[in-house]
Amino acid sequence: MSNKPLTLAEKVWNDHVVVKGENNAPDLIYIDLHLVHEVTSPQAFDGLRLAGRPVRRPDLTIATEDHNTPTLNIDKPIADATSRAQIEALRKNAAEFGIRLHSLGDKDQGIVHVVGPQLGLTQPGMTVVCGDSHTSTHGAFGSLAMGIGTSEVEHVLATQTLSLKPFKTMAINVEGALRPGVTAKDIILAVIAKIGTGGGQGYVLEYRGSAIRALSMEGRMTICNMSIEAGARAGMVAPDETTFAFVKGRPHAPTGADWDAAVEYWKTLPTDEGAVFDAEVNIDANTLDPFVTWGTNPAQGVSLLDVVPSPEDFTDPNERQAAESALKYMDLKPGTKMKDIAVNTVFVGSCTNGRIEDLRAAASIVQGRKKADGITMLVVPGSAKVRLQAEAEGLDKIFTEFGAEWRFAGCSMCLGMNPDQLAPGERSASTSNRNFEGRQGKGSRTHLVSPVVAAATAVRGTLSSPADLEPVHPLTTGIATLGEN
Amino acid sequence: MEKFEVFTGTAVPLRRSNVDTDQLAPAVFLKRITAVGYDDALFAAWRNDPEFVLNQPAYKAGQVLIAGADFGTGSSREHAVWALRDYGFKAVFSSKFADIFRGNAGKQGLVAGVISDEDTEALWQAIEASPGIGATVDLVAQTVSVGSLSVPFQIDEYTRWRLLEGLDDIGLTLQNEQAITEFEAKRPSFKPLTLPAKGV
Repeated sequence: MSNKPLTLAEKVWNDHVVVKGENNAPDLIYIDLHLVHEVTSPQAFDGLRLAGRPVRRPDLTIATEDHNTPTLNIDKPIADATSRAQIEALRKNAAEFGIRLHSLGDKDQGIVHVVGPQLGLTQPGMTVVCGDSHTSTHGAFGSLAMGIGTSEVEHVLATQTLSLKPFKTMAINVEGALRPGVTAKDIILAVIAKIGTGGGQGYVLEYRGSAIRALSMEGRMTICNMSIEAGARAGMVAPDETTFAFVKGRPHAPTGADWDAAVEYWKTLPTDEGAVFDAEVNIDANTLDPFVTWGTNPAQGVSLLDVVPSPEDFTDPNERQAAESALKYMDLKPGTKMKDIAVNTVFVGSCTNGRIEDLRAAASIVQGRKKADGITMLVVPGSAKVRLQAEAEGLDKIFTEFGAEWRFAGCSMCLGMNPDQLAPGERSASTSNRNFEGRQGKGSRTHLVSPVVAAATAVRGTLSSPADLEPVHPLTTGIATLGEN
Repeated sequence: MEKFEVFTGTAVPLRRSNVDTDQLAPAVFLKRITAVGYDDALFAAWRNDPEFVLNQPAYKAGQVLIAGADFGTGSSREHAVWALRDYGFKAVFSSKFADIFRGNAGKQGLVAGVISDEDTEALWQAIEASPGIGATVDLVAQTVSVGSLSVPFQIDEYTRWRLLEGLDDIGLTLQNEQAITEFEAKRPSFKPLTLPAKGV
């Protein structure tokens, strides 16, 4: 058994089996880290209270306020009564069950998937869960990280385990070097367009290849984050020196002999030579363009250089029907150049693209340029810490001088649970993860893009890449130094 | 959880693929802190559209949903299942479900059965030929039937057993408490703890 070459996902799985399932029963898997937020947890805590059960491991649990929180006037009581009640429920539950909570206004508050890695709580080889589908983000560290529903949140709170059926494994091989202006976001949008919103169903994806190895942890997180948009239960990247360097020195990173033991273990995790994946997909990074979505599911994407497709382009009847209704909802005509699509709003933020590197990338494009007339641009850092870091680097000034709004941290317009929403019929270029009907507000129309495409779009007013922009006068540049970590 | 064996209720043909969780339960309904009363959330954006299938009198009392592929994609919100359940649905069928949705459904006693694309089309046609007709979901035999048409469906064997027996998941797991405690004793010391809190 020990001789069989294993994948990264299989190794992490095997190291967390508490009870092996027999006769078709699932395995009982231990959970190393449980992230909690206000939206999917109140009913779980109610369940514990009803059954008289405690939280088994408060010391493996951490909560933050993110989905509902306003990004303006955070020093005032939350105006929306139901949002406020939900936040208050989390505060009450955290106090009652002894769970660490980072509330709005706390410098460690932020989107749950930005906060975990930032605190060093996300490390290679862990199992991480959260009542949020974008928990897949943490797979960038070589963790098995999954979104769960509220019943499972209650299950983990009560038992620190989950009953899970083993997944199939899929290798996503991304070889080559990205061209300038092409980013991690474009890789994952291209992957989703290739395999479809259900293509990853039942699989854990492992992103491999030279293009993935060359990415920063932020880029890897962007890719793993959107594994769920391909229908996968999780996405992973094998830990390497980039991973170790990111984790080292963070507040909850191991130290001393523990660090050495941890790194020794983490180095055993990458997929063995000769391990077999249940499926493989290849993506050529060399030829990838900036990618954008035209429809109402994340697989409805094309190169920014392309045109809006026609339903007739799809042979699969489901896809054709989905394209028809998407074009109607998006108010787009087949054959329209993607670059001719004008937007009202540009949103930079979310657990997909709300980290410091994303803000630096967007700032590097808008610096010294003027925002297109009539465009609203929202920049929402993924966490309070990212906001502070950005301000220390002067990014906030670059954004506000450009004419963008500089906000406090949270999920914001990604899902429009707080007041940051599009009006009916409004169109956005958004660095978030879902372009579903009504996602960013009733009747909203979303085009998913990378941070640099979002920024270039804010300059021109239509979907654009940095390559479409006039060069900036040399005296106004100087952002190049901001790209360093 | 109530036991589920055989159920018959009004069948609803939802000719649409990629029905995502923002359609099943839009974010605005996620601010509630209760676990019941989500019937108004279900397909909220479409409920004012007279063409929408649930607005047609024959289907209003729908309890068995036959939907297109990739049902329940998107977020982990269990609200999507609560909305279906609170509207009155006991079972939903599709050729492909999002993993998290399917898991959530199983926790709430909502049968999420996988049928082929061909059988989906056949069921749609059978229902549309007699709007308001009932569908019988037999979890023991793993079939869904409309009139004379009966098609097989797939469901995870463990979930099926739990639904048939009406078993509580947490209760089942806690039977393994000794094993959990033993596992915890062997966890390496380098694994992080959230407490005591260390800030940035």
